[in-house]
Parts: sequence; C-alpha cells; structure tokens
Amino acid sequence: MTTQKTNEVLLATDRLTKSYAGADGELPVLAGIDLQIREGEIVGLLGRSGSGKSTLLRCLAGLIPPSAGTVSYKGAMLTGSNPGTAMVFQTFALLPWLTVQQNVELGLEARGVPEAERAQAALKAIDLIGLDGFESAYPKELSGGMRQRVGFARALVVEPDVLLMDEPFSALDVLTAENLRGELLELWSSGQFPTKAVVVVTHNIEEAVMLADRVIVLGSRPGVIKAEYRVDLARPRARDGKEFDDLVSTIYATMTGRERELTPAAPAARRTPANTPLPPASVDGLSGLAEILAKHDEPVDLADLADELGLDVDDLFPLVDALDLLGFAVVDADGVALTDVGAEYAGADVQTSKEIFAATASEIPLVRTMLTSLQRTDGGTLRVGFFRDLLAHHYTSEQVAQQLDVATDWGRYAELYSYNAIDEEYELDPAQRTLRRPAPE
Amino acid sequence: MLSKKRIPRAASTLPWLRTQFGWVDWVVAAAVLVLFYVVFRIAEGTTVSFTPEHVALDTNPARLPYYAGRSLLRMFVALGVSTLFTFVYAYAAARSRRLEKVLIPALDILQSVPVLAFLTVAIGAFVALFPHSFIGLEFASIFAIFTSQAWNMTFSFYHSLITLPRELDELSRSLRLTRWMRFWRIEVPNGAIGLIWNGMMSFGGGWFFLVASEAVTVANSEYNLPGVGAYAGAAIVRGNLDDVFLAILTMAIMVIGVNFFFWRPMTAWAEKFKQEQSEATEVQRSVVLNFLRRSHWPQILAPARRAITGWFARAGRVFGTDDRPLQVSDTRRRAGDIGFAAVTLALIGWGLYSLLRYLRTTAGLGVFLEPFLLGLFTFGRVIVLVAIATIIWVPIGVRIGSSPRLARIAQPVVQILASFPANFLFPLATWLFVRTGLSIDVGGILLMGLGAQWYILFNSIAGAMAIPTDLREAMDNLGVHGWQRWRRLIIPAIFPYYVTGGITASGGAWNASIVAEVVGFGGTTLTAHGLGAYIAQATEAGHYPQLIAGIAVMSLYVVGLNRLFWRRLYRLAEARYSLA
Repeated sequence: MTTQKTNEVLLATDRLTKSYAGADGELPVLAGIDLQIREGEIVGLLGRSGSGKSTLLRCLAGLIPPSAGTVSYKGAMLTGSNPGTAMVFQTFALLPWLTVQQNVELGLEARGVPEAERAQAALKAIDLIGLDGFESAYPKELSGGMRQRVGFARALVVEPDVLLMDEPFSALDVLTAENLRGELLELWSSGQFPTKAVVVVTHNIEEAVMLADRVIVLGSRPGVIKAEYRVDLARPRARDGKEFDDLVSTIYATMTGRERELTPAAPAARRTPANTPLPPASVDGLSGLAEILAKHDEPVDLADLADELGLDVDDLFPLVDALDLLGFAVVDADGVALTDVGAEYAGADVQTSKEIFAATASEIPLVRTMLTSLQRTDGGTLRVGFFRDLLAHHYTSEQVAQQLDVATDWGRYAELYSYNAIDEEYELDPAQRTLRRPAPE
Repeated sequence: MLSKKRIPRAASTLPWLRTQFGWVDWVVAAAVLVLFYVVFRIAEGTTVSFTPEHVALDTNPARLPYYAGRSLLRMFVALGVSTLFTFVYAYAAARSRRLEKVLIPALDILQSVPVLAFLTVAIGAFVALFPHSFIGLEFASIFAIFTSQAWNMTFSFYHSLITLPRELDELSRSLRLTRWMRFWRIEVPNGAIGLIWNGMMSFGGGWFFLVASEAVTVANSEYNLPGVGAYAGAAIVRGNLDDVFLAILTMAIMVIGVNFFFWRPMTAWAEKFKQEQSEATEVQRSVVLNFLRRSHWPQILAPARRAITGWFARAGRVFGTDDRPLQVSDTRRRAGDIGFAAVTLALIGWGLYSLLRYLRTTAGLGVFLEPFLLGLFTFGRVIVLVAIATIIWVPIGVRIGSSPRLARIAQPVVQILASFPANFLFPLATWLFVRTGLSIDVGGILLMGLGAQWYILFNSIAGAMAIPTDLREAMDNLGVHGWQRWRRLIIPAIFPYYVTGGITASGGAWNASIVAEVVGFGGTTLTAHGLGAYIAQATEAGHYPQLIAGIAVMSLYVVGLNRLFWRRLYRLAEARYSLA
C-alpha cells in the first residue's frame, strides 16, 4: 500500500517540542518535530531508548501537553486527548477484573453506546482479531499473545482514524510476536482494518521495516527526526530479501552513527559530565560483554551479537556505549571490536582488571568530577546532594538518579570512593587520598 | 479470519427458569430474609423517643441477642459511612493538587488524635441536634466507630489512587472514559484489595470504640444505648460478674462471626482484583463465599445488578469525560494557588484565634501545663508497655512465624484477639486490682497493653514468616545459631514489621489510656495519674477548656512520638532492612 502525497493528513505536529523541568530550566526530550501522518499509511517511529519516541506517541494521542509547538488532528489543534486515536500498550494495560468482552467494550461504553449494540460490536472485533471463544475469559487466564489481541480488539472496536501502538510486540516472545505481526499485516492489507492509519513505536529495526510504509528515525538528547526512509517493498515482505537487508543495514548505521559525532575523537569538545552522560551499564554487564567480544577476532555486528545472545539490540547499546566511553572498544561500520586495553581488561584477573578499570574510569567526566571533589574536601566525604545539584542543571531528576547510580557502581568497583546509603554520603577510598593528584584543569 | 456465522448470544431474560433451584439457594435466600428482618427490627428501636437521663437498660440476658444486633448494626453503618467518606476524601485529595496539600496532613493529624476524647463532644452535638430520640446517641456512637475506621481506609485508597499504574491512566484518557467509569471500573477495583484489608483491620479496631461509646457519662448525665457494650456497662455498675461473662461471650461470638461471615468472604472475593496477570499460588479462601458461589443467586440477580450499574453509569455521565486540558494558563493557576492558600490560612488563623480567646477567657492559657505534665506519666506507661510487649511477644511471634503449621493456626486467632475490645475486660482486671491491692498507676499499663500488645505479636509473626527459606537454610548451613542468628538474621528481617506493629501499638495505647486510667467495678473507682485520666475526668465533669487542652496535648504527644521516633525507625527499616 503506497501513500500518495494527496491523501488526507490525519495527524500533524508543527515544531513540536517537549521538555521536562530541570534545575537550570527546561531539558528537551523532543525538539522541533515536524511530522505528518496521512491516510492509508503505517508509520514506524524508530529510536533508541531515551529518544523520546514514546513521548512523541503520547503527544499524538493528546495524553501529554507539548511544551511548544502544536499537535493537530484533521487540522484542528488538540486541546485534550485525541478523539481520533486509540492506543495499544506495550504492557497490554488490560483490566484484570473485567472479562475479555468487558475490556473490549470499555471504549464503546464510554461513548454511551447501548448495551446490545455494544456487545455486537465487541464480538465482531473479538472475532476479527482471532479471539473467538475467549469472550468470557479473564486476562490472567490468557497467554501474552492473546492478551495483546485483547489490546488490539479494544482499540479497534472504537474504529479510530489512527491506531497508535507503543512497542506492541516487545513484551511477547519472538514466535508470538512474529505471528501477531503477520496477522495484523494481513488484516491491514485485506482492507478489513477499521482504521485509516497506524503509528507504531519500536526499537526493533527489522520490525519497523517489516511493518511500515515510512520509517522515521529519532535521535537522542534531544529527540529530533534524524532520518526518514520510505519502504516501498511489496507486502508480504520477506526478511531474507536483499533489499530488506540493505534497508535494515542503512537504518542500523544511522541509529548507531550519532554516538561517534559526540565521542571524544572530536578533540574540540571538552568532555564534561553534562555532555558525556554515563550509559546505564553495570560493571558486571560491561565486563561480560568485553569477555564475549574477546572471543571474536574481528569486529562483531551488533545485530548478530544480539541474536547470538538472545537479547534485544537495545539491551546491548548501553553496554557498547560504556565500553566505548571507557576506551575498551571501538564501534565503526563493521561493528564493535575490543581495543588493546579492552582485550587486556577482558583477559586479566580480578585485581588487575580492577586496576585497569580504575585507571580509565577516573578519566571519565562524572567519575573524575566526583573523585577530585572528594579529594579536595578535608574529610574526604561529600553528601549525595552536592553531586545531585551539580547534575541537576543538565539532567532531569530521574536521569540524575541514574547517572549517580552508575557513577556509584563504577566508583565502588574501581575502589575510588564508596557510598553510604544510610547517610547518603560518598567517601573517598583511603588509597586515593594519598595519591592526591593535581587537579586536571 | 473472516467472521463466522455466530449464534446470537442474547441475554436471556429469565435465566433462573433454566436452572434447578437447589437447597443451597434456599439457604441463601432464607439467610438474606432473616438478615433484613433483623435489621428492620433493630432499626425500629432507634427512633423510640426518650429522655436521655433516665434510660434504664434491661439487663435480662434474654435481651442480649437483640443488643448484639444493635451493636452490629452500628458497626456496619459506621463501615458504610467510612467507605463513603474514604471515596470522597481520598478522591478529592488525589485529584486536586490544592486540596491535597491540606487534606493529607490533616488526615495524618486526625489519625493521631485520641478519638475517644472526641466522643463527648460528638455526643453533646448529636444529642442537641436530635433532642428527643435515640438517633442522636446512635449517631454519636456511629461517629465514634467511624473515626476509628475511616483514616486508615482513606490513606489506603488515596495511596492506590496516586499510584495507579501509568498505563491505566493513559488507557482511561485515550479511550475517553467518563469520570465515573474511570472511578468505578478502574480506580475502585485497583484499590479494592487494600481497602478491604484495611477495612477489616479498622473494623477490628472499631469494636473497642463501640464498647466505649454505648455507655458514657458526659457533663454528669449518663447515656446508654441498647447494645452489648452498654449491657456490660450496666453489669459492671451492679458488680455482676456472671452478666459480665455473658457479655464477653456474646462479644467473642460477634467478633468471630463477623470475621467468618463477612470479612473472610470479602477478602476471598477481593482476589479477583489482584493486579498480577497470572494465577496466584497462595489465595484467600472462604467457605461462605464458596457456598454463595455454588448457589444460583449471583446469576439470578445479574440482570438487576446490570440494570443498577447501567443506571449508575448513565447517571455518572454528568461528571463528564476523563480528560485533562493540554493548555493551562500559568497566571490563572498561580492566582488560584494564592487565593486558595489565603483562604485556607485565614480560616485556620481565625479558628486558632477564637480557640485561644475562648481558653483565655475561661481557664487561662496556663491550662496546657497540667495535661502536659500528666502526659509524662502516660508517656512513661506507653514506653514500659511497648518495651514489655516487645520482650514477651517478639520471641513468641518469631517462634510461631518460623513454623508454617503453627502460623496457619495462630494467625487468625491473634487477629481475632486483636479485634476483641480490650475495654470489655477492664472490669475483670479492676476486680483483680481491688482484690490484690495493685496500684492502678501500675495496673494501668496492663490495661492499656491488653489491646495494644497484639499488634506487636501479629507483626512479629508476619515478619518471621516473610524470612525467605534460603536465608534460613544459609544460616543453618553456616552454623549461625542463638544470639548471633537473632542479631544477624531475625532482628533485621522482622524490623520493618516490628516498626509497623510498634506504631500501631503505641497509638492504640495512648487512645486506650483515656478509658484505662479511670476504671470502676461495682461502685469502686480507681483513678491513675495521667493524661488519659485527666481527659476522662474533664469529660465527665463537662470542663470543656480542660478537655480541649487535654486533647491537644495528647495529639501533640502522639504526633511528636510518631515523627521523632517511629517515623525515623520506619525510614531506617525501609532503607536498610527491607527484604524486598
């Protein structure tokens, strides 16, 4: 199904910006998004976690207010929740105390549809989505796939113009997800689908290429539209085709590319805790990945690696970022490979690897800042609030907590400083006190 | 996947025609009929006109079932009122950012205030409102029970409202549900389990206030309501131990009966509101609920139920759609905030001013000094009580909780013991004190502890039961026994539970001091030194300035103790000793 430019625009955003309050003003999550959803198309919103793709979807649904710019439905600016959309949730969001049919009827009941009519429409939707025979079951009796079918039926029964899906398949196992995706596309192609357009949020590149007519890639911090790809492959699409593969590779390169623009390789930008956030990776996780990489002689493709480990690519990104940041690995077009230090780290015994980690971790902006701050205080202790305030200018409070969690984990492992959770205090490791090094500036 | 031909599933209009009416159904029908009859008979008596000063209670034991019914009716009316209050108050607090700032701290204070001391004020007000009937007294009693039940339930429901899973909130708004649907189909079911369990606990605490509120003396006049508490009160005045025992027996039957016929089925029924998306392994069961489910009544009543909920759903549309405007004017919001704060502060200021003026013109502001000093005595009693209860009940609770078999038997028993109104036993204790010559200053500790101790036991059992088996096995494996095991495993593990028990026990003890520091049996009255006795005496004599000062000082003690001591322990428990 190809989309003509002449098709009616159902949803549109105009310089949509969404930011959350930080101590030093607003921290943007989405910055100036211009997007149009037209009748007859499936649009895939693709991005890494933190790219604001779910936020964008909720702005389209009218569930969260934009900080600047507008969202409109059929040309009218939204003032509340969008009457022309219905959502399918990653976690299904079924009410466990209602039967399948009651869950599906919710939206109709809200519109005041009489009981008999409501039941008829619900049964039709249940039928359409393949839930026949499950009407009187409770959600907890169903498997994950069946539950998400209820989620679909509930959204479709109100016949929204645009169906919004927030990672609808990511909570399902691979086989179930594949099956459900296939059935959904079949319905869409058969023309029985009661909606005019679909927006699907995903972090899975193949899924996006499989489903969408248009794939929009969002970049992180702040979320902007980084690239847009038109997918003109005929449906049903086969995963093993060359065109399919090429497109996936191109998008993949776009998604991983951005990190290199910001990495220290560009000597001009001085690294600070503000522009170099710590990726949410535990020491265990990143050393585990380093040991796996050590078994490969050549750069490993991240998607292949994820497959091999049975993980999502999204789960690997923070670990790879961490190895990159620590100088243990390099990422390029061929994939990820360990550096010499990285190989040494992966092969060393516990004490040696700790020393290697400490040497490189103490050069990472946030860890370095914390270490030198502690070295400059007389008692060698500082309240967590001090660092919280420091970071609050650049991150939301959730991000601040995450940054400090990672910095605590890394610092403890490297034996640079310790953290006392009861007093909420960081304490310099005695060994670091004697090694008082000159301030880096 | 084309839709197949479907047999229309028309809702049958008379479903019971197709089902056999079994004996189960007859029993259920008869039970409901009897229940209605009893409620009507009992309610009939409440509007009998009377002159409050001269109500002699008929102490014929044959009247006890009737009295029990009256007492039960009060309890359930109070529970209904508490539930309604919970919905309105918690909803207002959760929905309005401004009201929340006032309502939640107010709730925190209200639950620390000695409820019993308010009883007198309430009785005065209600009797004045309905001068020639029992209704005023009934309301006062119901009010007393209500004040003991409502706060916990409200907190629980408020908490469930503000922690509603994000996707359910988004679901409701994206489907544009009506506000009523959001409340009734999402928010109430979501909070139902907490509400029912808290209701059960609060109901247990309510018995105490029922007993205390059925027979009271305010400003030198005696008020009696037909009920088990008043019956016991009359027996105590006459010094008739046999009648006291009968009343205690009736009380025990009521407590156990309500638990069996009402709360067990309720908690078992509430299982369907569990959020977890898989079948639970450990479920609440109830014989009564299974019996009801085996009958055909639920199906027969289904059309009526649907009609009623349908009617409510239609009527509920007046509350509008669950939506939040995307654009809010900042200046208007700020102006609203300022206006709201100004009005609130002005009201509080005016209230404080008139209160102080009242106290100054009547008893002088020095009136706070005496209750404050007396409060130290009661404070001492509370400390000793909690300490002794800890030393006795924690080891026993841990022993019970460590054995699943023992715990299964002991837990419901302790729950019932905790609900049994301790003030019922006061006359027996008084009789004992008189016989042995034990000073009420010391004996008061025992009386206050009669009810309060169970919370410590109950929570110790729960804490010990929550210790994971692998931790126990690890300790066994490492040979950690005796004191070391207590220090390293048991005490840290039960600590969060113990703190919860301690807060409840100490709050309960303060409240109980009002009835425990002045006790009588057959013409002998024993009075201890303490804030509870001070309040009780001010009540009896109708000295309102002293009463107000007493209530204020006791609230201050309770709030202070909670803030400075228990809350710190609680935070420590959460941060450091949580097993989750």
